[in-house]
Parts: sequence; structure tokens; C-alpha cells
Amino acid sequence: MADSRSDKLLRKDLLGIEDLSKEEIDLILNTADAFKEVLTRDIKKVPTLRGRTVVNLFLEPSTRTRMSFEIAGKRLSADTINISAQASSLVKGESLLDMAKNLEAMNPDFIVIRHPVPGAPHMLARMCRFSVINAGDGAHEHPTQALLDMFTIREKKGQLSGLKIAIVGDITHSRVARSNIYGLTRMGAHVRVIGPPTFIPPYIEDLGVDVKFDLQEGIKDRDIIMMLRIQKERERRNLFPSIREYASLFCLTKERLSRVSEECLIMHPGPINRGVEIEPEVADGKHSVILDQVTNGIAVRMALLYLLLGDKNEA
Amino acid sequence: MEEDQRDKTKLIMNATQIRGAIRKMAGQIVADFSPIQGVVMIGIRTRGADLTKRLVREIEALSGYRMEIGFIDTTFYRDDVLTSGPKPVMKKTEIPFDLTDRHVILVDDVLYTGRTIRAALDALMDFGRPECIRLAVLIDRGHREMPIQPDYVGKRLETSEDESVQVRLEEEGEPDRVLILPYPEKVTW
Repeated sequence: MADSRSDKLLRKDLLGIEDLSKEEIDLILNTADAFKEVLTRDIKKVPTLRGRTVVNLFLEPSTRTRMSFEIAGKRLSADTINISAQASSLVKGESLLDMAKNLEAMNPDFIVIRHPVPGAPHMLARMCRFSVINAGDGAHEHPTQALLDMFTIREKKGQLSGLKIAIVGDITHSRVARSNIYGLTRMGAHVRVIGPPTFIPPYIEDLGVDVKFDLQEGIKDRDIIMMLRIQKERERRNLFPSIREYASLFCLTKERLSRVSEECLIMHPGPINRGVEIEPEVADGKHSVILDQVTNGIAVRMALLYLLLGDKNEA
Repeated sequence: MEEDQRDKTKLIMNATQIRGAIRKMAGQIVADFSPIQGVVMIGIRTRGADLTKRLVREIEALSGYRMEIGFIDTTFYRDDVLTSGPKPVMKKTEIPFDLTDRHVILVDDVLYTGRTIRAALDALMDFGRPECIRLAVLIDRGHREMPIQPDYVGKRLETSEDESVQVRLEEEGEPDRVLILPYPEKVTW
């Protein structure tokens, strides 16, 4: 009976994929598999987290991730509370740490935080008792996105190991790319990054990926193509001449897809810029699993809330 | 230590006795539900699920009726899930039909405190409003902490709380047997 219990995820916080082991990722994905079933029921709610509180502290815009965490919490019967930057005392000049300490005094179990500054969730995790889940810290990591991407790939392909994956777009500024590179390489997939040279950070090969600058050439042998959004809000240094020029070279079009295999999956973390990084016919086409990613995000976040809670005292 | 424990391990049932117990329960179920149509079997993962498959095979042999079968993981509904350290590994719940107005037979390997069954009952309620729920267990070892009693029992055992009762099944790659081991259950329910 002892072996039916797992002691692998004995951590208080989920801050990034970088420090997760293969076993921990497997455990999260397996648990998410069990939670996905709940989402297909007539009554989509289980009492597992009854009486627990999840605070969503989103200091950058988000619909998908915030709503996904909110639904995940509610499906588990937790109380979920949303705080956004504009509506918070941060606009009155309160520091993030002061705000967190005040939240801590109200005894939540979880803070899910999205913050423009890399490392902000790590600071809260060090300074506060509650569990912290990083929902995106600047251009650093977005671990739950990578986990739901890996879950979706595993669901469709059966495994991660040995798959050939392309990540296309602004790799330098993408927390989604960084988290996915850590996770996918750890799980034994082969990752290639594709984009204009100004979007590819130097020494990226040190993370175990290879680099291509030509989209059609780079994707033709891939099992999975992950498109990244062109992030206008993080794009201040004119790394490409114009949106139109970027699209003419790096937009995933039907024509450019013509040489990939029938089973190739197209992914995108959303929100998509139709006609910029992905053509509408491709985003809505037969290769696309973009909306499966959204559904799976709820199951993965439920699994995380379940696995992270309650172990604080023993860790 | 190893030697010592083996001496105190008691073999309670062998493969033949387990087969006989399952056959007996199948006979009682067929006798109680006539016609057997409308009866569904739900096994509690993991060992209850394996036992369910065996029970269903016997019932189908007796009645000629193909039964619907489902499996539940009760972890979502446990009362100790957030207090007892490392989390149980979750398995998928599969109940691909509505339970409303059905006769449900819930199956587990060992009935002890009753807390697993309590959680399983809560879980079943989320899948409809069954006409009735009956409980079948291979072993009833006593020491209930909830007002829950089985309707079909393979074998009743006198046990102490310092012992653990283990059902080993071929489906998990071990010879069929029921053992009493001389230490308390690591998972209490």
C-alpha cells in the first residue's frame, strides 16, 4: 500500500520548470489525467479543496491563465479571489511585499501570481507562508503553460520522449519558450528554436536546443510546432522592421505547412495574432490543438493545486 | 526482522478460496436482482476494480447478461487528503453512463474503517441519483468508524488494529491470496 502514495512533489511552491525533475513532471501530468475526467462530468466539481483559498494576483493582463486558475480552484471547491493591478492598493504605492504580507495575514493557501518582473514570485515564496504558483514572471518562466503544453502533447502523441519539436517566434522575450525548453528537453524531446536572429538569444544551444532561421526548412521534420505570440508590449527595441515583414517570413501559413507530416500538431499559448504569427486557416485547421491546450490547462492547474497543498509542514 | 515477520504472516485465503468467495457473492447478487438488467457494477480502484471484473465475469456466466461496469478513484472525496502528507497517486474515474435510477453494486477488496466507502458514496452521487447502492467486499475485517455495512461479503475476519489485511491478486502480478500481516495499515483506510 505504501507504494500507492507518492512523496515526489514535496515542495511548497511552483516557481519554474527549471528545477523540476522528470519524475515530478510525470507525477503532475499523471495527476492531471485523473483530474481531466472531472471536467467531462455533468457535475464538474469535487470537494477536494473545500475550505481552501486561492488568490489570483495578476499584475499583467491575462484572460486565459487567470480564468483557468479560477475555474481550476472552483472545480476543486476552493474559494478563489481575483486581484488585478488597477484595482489593488499597488496603485496607491504599496510595495508588492507589503501587499503580500497583508494577504498573508488573511491566511490564503495559495497565491497565483503574474508579475512583469522576473523573480517576483520567488521573492514572495521566500518571504511568505502560503504556496506560490508562478503564472508568468516577466520574460523568465511560465511553468503552468509548459506543463499544459506537455500534457497536451503527451495526450495526443502518447509520450514526450523522442519527439521533434519546433518553437517559433521571439524566443528571447518568451517565458513560454523558456519553460517549455526546460521541460521538453528534460522529458527527452528534441527542441529546435526558429526565428529571426534578433529573436534568438546567444548561447541558447547551451539549453540543449538547436537553432534555425528559416521557418519552412526548420519545421519540415517536426512532430510539433509551437508558435509564440509576437509580444508588442515587450517589444521596445525594434528587433524587426515591421509586423508585415515578420509575417512575410515567419507566419505559419498553409503553404509553409505543406511539407510537414499529417500528424504534426500546431500549438499556440494564446492570445493569437491572426495573420501575424499564424494564419487563421492554420489556427483553426486540422493540425491545430490550440483549444485543447486551453481545456487541458484547467486539469493541469487542478493537479498542481492538489499536489502542492498540505505538504508545507513536512517539506 | 524479515524472518520474524514472515513467521507471523497468516495466509487467510488461497486462490481457490478467493474464487469460491467471488462465485458465492455473484450467486447472491443474481438471486437478489431478478431481472439483473439495470444493475451496474462500480469498482473502487485499484483492487476493487480487479475484483469487479471477476465478479462481473461470474455474474455474466450465471445470468447471460452483459453488465455495465465502471471504476472510481475516491481520492477527490477523501477526508484526510490534505492532512496526511504525501498525496495518493490518482487514477482515472471511468463511469461512462448515468447512474440515475440504476441499481449500483459498489465493490472493494477490504472493508475496514468505512471511510473509503463514505468517500465513494459521495463520488457516486455526482454521477446521478441511483435507485439503490449495495456494497460488496471480499473481506470485512471490522473496526468500522462510520455507520456502513456490506451487503455481500466474501469472508468476515476477526482482526486487531495492529494487523493489516492484504489482498494480492494475479492482475497485479502476484498469486491470488489474502494475508494478515503483523503491522498496522500504513494507509488507515
